Amino acid sequence: MQTMRYIDNTTTLKLNVDVCVGCGNCILVCPHRVFEIKQKKATICDLNACMECGACANNCPVDAISVNPGVGCVEAYINRWLGRLFKDRGRSSCC
Amino acid sequence: MGTPHRDSPVLVTANYKLSFDLLRFELAEVDCWILVVDTRGINVWCAAGKGTFSTDEVVLMVKQTRIAELVSHNTLIVPQLCAGGVSSSLVKKKSGFRIIFGPVQARDLPEFLERDNTASEGMRAVTFTLMERVELIPVELYLQLKTIGFVLIAGFLFAWIGPHMFSLQAIIQRTLHLGMATLLGLLCGSVFVPILLPWLPCRQFWLKGLWPPLLVALCWGINIYPHVTIELLSLSVWMSVFSSFQAMNFTGCTPYTSPSGVEYEMRRGIPVLALLAILALLVWLVAPFVD
Ligand code: SF4
Ligand code: SF4
Repeated sequence: MQTMRYIDNTTTLKLNVDVCVGCGNCILVCPHRVFEIKQKKATICDLNACMECGACANNCPVDAISVNPGVGCVEAYINRWLGRLFKDRGRSSCC
Repeated sequence: MGTPHRDSPVLVTANYKLSFDLLRFELAEVDCWILVVDTRGINVWCAAGKGTFSTDEVVLMVKQTRIAELVSHNTLIVPQLCAGGVSSSLVKKKSGFRIIFGPVQARDLPEFLERDNTASEGMRAVTFTLMERVELIPVELYLQLKTIGFVLIAGFLFAWIGPHMFSLQAIIQRTLHLGMATLLGLLCGSVFVPILLPWLPCRQFWLKGLWPPLLVALCWGINIYPHVTIELLSLSVWMSVFSSFQAMNFTGCTPYTSPSGVEYEMRRGIPVLALLAILALLVWLVAPFVD
């Protein structure tokens, strides 16, 4: 995936290294190899590869990771914005 | 599958037809149990995102199938891409089964099993190859047939405005030109962009989507030069807008675009595209008076 990169500096991924117990789950599940273990702790080695799927946060035993998960989908955003515009809750997902 | 016994591995999948068939095909030679989670017919990736391939569903299936009575171990192998919905520690807590995340691709499963349930780095990363992109094109096109029809009807209704007024031939010609431009835009945004994805400059998809129509318009213009009309100019702009929007739509199909990134580019792309679309429409409407 090194040939395909998306927009830098937009991801909501955050890692709290102090809490991390170094179990390696995040490294296992991440489809974009965002994490690395260094000195028994996870570190983010490729932040901008993150696609905010939420797999890592979901499988961290100590909640050291936070991310705003979702599917990058135009229709979902349009529906959400329209919903906000007309003050009602439309569908918020598409696929 | 095969003749599974009490020590055979248990593999979990979604009841999406493609996922299931693929698994069956890849594991034709392996003895194993397959646990199918009801995701209402959608694939693993989407189901995890939408929460139908979830911790609770897996736990429910484990209980319903009483798999614990069939096997002597307590290990489930689930597809890695469902990790967004399935939390291994929660499954363990609720069902007693340990989760092992399998490879991203079903075709790596036999090797994964042979190597004692460990996946190589390559098996863990998602890919988005040319073939994988091409497979998405038909759906993208199909979903926009409606749009083409709508544009044709709307175009026909407005095409009579002009000095030619009630010349049916002129009306039809104008409608057809509009339809052509829309079709070309769709072709650019939903066929060329997916195919050329890694090679198109810019990272934002709506910008990627502007390159192919630019080329098409240029070729078109050179071909008919010097008979370039205002109408054709407006149609070129419309084609670019449509292509760009379709390219932006394609973000929903790729496995590397983050929602925050999509929001970022929509905040920039949509206003520009809306403005261009209105401009194109206005110019197209006055074109018959000018040309
Ligand atoms: S959200 Fe997904 S892509 Fe991002 S770091 Fe976590 S597992 Fe990797
Ligand atoms: S899953 Fe959580 S605890 Fe485990 S290595 Fe990653 S951040 Fe650390």
